[in-house]
Amino acid sequence: MTILANRDTRLLVQGMGRMGQFHAERSLEAGTKVVAGVHPGRGGGEALGLPLFETAHEAVDATGANASVIFVPPPGAADAILEAADAGIELVVCITEGIPVNDMARALRALRGKPTRLVGPNCPGVLTPAQCRIGIMPAQIARPGPVGVVSRSGTLTYEAVDQLSKLGIGQSTCLGIGGDPLIGTPFVEALELFEADPETEAVVMIGEIGGVAEEAAARFVAEQMSKPVAAFIAGQNAPAGKRMGHAGAIIAGGRGRASDKMAALEAAGVAVSPSPAAIGETLARHAGLG
Amino acid sequence: MNIHEYQAKALFRAHGVAVPEGGFARSAEEAEAVAARLGAKVVVVKAQIHAGGRGKGGGVKLAKSPAEARQFAEAMLGMTLVTPQTGPEGRLVRQVYVEAGSDIARELYLALTLDRERGDFALIASTEGGMNIEEVASLTPERVHTEFVDPNQGLQSFQARKLARALELDAAQTKSFGLLLAGLFELFVAKDASLVEINPLVVTKEGALLALDGKLNFDDNALFRHPDIAALRDPDEEDPRERAAREIDLSYVGLDGSVGCMVNGAGLAMATLDMIALCGGAPANFLDAGGGADREKVKQAFKLILRDEKVRAILVNIFGGIVRCDLIAEGVLAAAAELGVTAPLVVRLQGTNADEGRRLLAESDLDIAPAETLREAAELAVRAARGA
Repeated sequence: MTILANRDTRLLVQGMGRMGQFHAERSLEAGTKVVAGVHPGRGGGEALGLPLFETAHEAVDATGANASVIFVPPPGAADAILEAADAGIELVVCITEGIPVNDMARALRALRGKPTRLVGPNCPGVLTPAQCRIGIMPAQIARPGPVGVVSRSGTLTYEAVDQLSKLGIGQSTCLGIGGDPLIGTPFVEALELFEADPETEAVVMIGEIGGVAEEAAARFVAEQMSKPVAAFIAGQNAPAGKRMGHAGAIIAGGRGRASDKMAALEAAGVAVSPSPAAIGETLARHAGLG
Repeated sequence: MNIHEYQAKALFRAHGVAVPEGGFARSAEEAEAVAARLGAKVVVVKAQIHAGGRGKGGGVKLAKSPAEARQFAEAMLGMTLVTPQTGPEGRLVRQVYVEAGSDIARELYLALTLDRERGDFALIASTEGGMNIEEVASLTPERVHTEFVDPNQGLQSFQARKLARALELDAAQTKSFGLLLAGLFELFVAKDASLVEINPLVVTKEGALLALDGKLNFDDNALFRHPDIAALRDPDEEDPRERAAREIDLSYVGLDGSVGCMVNGAGLAMATLDMIALCGGAPANFLDAGGGADREKVKQAFKLILRDEKVRAILVNIFGGIVRCDLIAEGVLAAAAELGVTAPLVVRLQGTNADEGRRLLAESDLDIAPAETLREAAELAVRAARGA
């Protein structure tokens, strides 16, 4: 089982530029079934021994791809998301950072009610250890196991996964949902997926300042989640009104503070680690693992 | 990106949002000339800085003659204006805006922004103009009215009429309010604004609607398609360190502590600041060197950190996912040697090729403290910054 991605996932790469190609190769090395690339202007050619197509529709018809990963630069990224959805792809993972937020607002509205799930944008992707790597996460630090990891961040996710692996605790799926203000799969939906997954026994959630998605997640945990959850919130010392790297990481109008998120999660029964160095230990203690 | 009031008002005017007549001045003489040209009984002299609450710090003055406008401009230009939003250090006033005074009957509030949770645009209006809207929302939430606009459908006429009712506008005002909202929405979408705020939007004694103040923020990620907006940036309003970082495409936020930080990834960079604070220290900056940090980037990042005289120690925290730690180590060594770094340096490398990176650092004759874990790295850096 696991969530979103497994050994049956057939992955299409949209944007076979330098970065797309580099990561497609890493995904192949990690055992992922990468089936094709889409790169307008290079259709009919090939890269890494994979066929390249002009459109996502042709690629899906020819290869039966059911997931795609987007490395298209910001001006064309929202269009690539809509193209993948129009081609009937079930899971679209958008790695691109720097997409205008209005483009995402329109694309997310257009995806409502459609069967396509978007993860990201501005995310490191989805990694189901030993089965499927979609995006840019370093597969070598992960190992199969019972803990789901969901995070708004990239390298901080690696830090948490590394802490878990070093404690001998493996992961069912590691999911980076993205650091932008508008994303396709918010915390609540990720937690729903982990709650429903029989192979996931506990969840690590890594939030950060900005917005109130962690507060919504806290409500979900309190009301609907049976599995133990441990959390860390980054930006406890971030000043208000400053964007901390991620487009979505900003305390604005008195909302989005780390302290409020930590309090909401604690009240919901989540084990919140104040220290980023103790994320793994906190989960291990709370879930009785390791 | 933030712009000045006078720039926002020019954009308002271009999109059919009425604003008082006015002109911009860099000297007291220019301010007097603008006031004379306006020919109004009363003019308002307003300091142009990127912060609100200017009236409270003496940055907004009513003048009854061009000569008086000149005096106020003289006093304002070159002063350091402290408002509730500038912090105690204040902002240097380099320019003023002089505009015709208005006969105000009512003060309203109007804003348009993105609602992150819904993914819609939110049009927010209130009868309580001229106040802090967050206070109004918490004390009298019934006086704040919000219409959500579907980004694919755009603003609908009925939404403007609903808000006009909530603001108790008469028939003629409702009509001009509809046109004003349409213009504002067009501006917001056409220029990829992230916030438009008019506080106050006034109803004059003659019954006209006028934007008396104007705040416009833009989506940094969309500036690539708006060179006209990007050209409105005022470098004088930015923290010089943040400006330098932006020019070399590094994400940097200046803070007040003594531990300089260089990290790859925004989340890990925030977490590193948290770890330093948990160890009893104070970070000097947030710095995300990015996923593709290489030797040159590392050197640029060091330069930036060293510009800050408060820095007593530097912590480099790299989790090599895609980035190779041995390349980062080479960058750190090259930068430290080239720039003559004398501050104690703590380096933590984890992930891809970390062992190789650590070996390179250990073999160099530079005095670099290696750290294995995030906690150890922060403890070492905090101790070094204290000089212990």
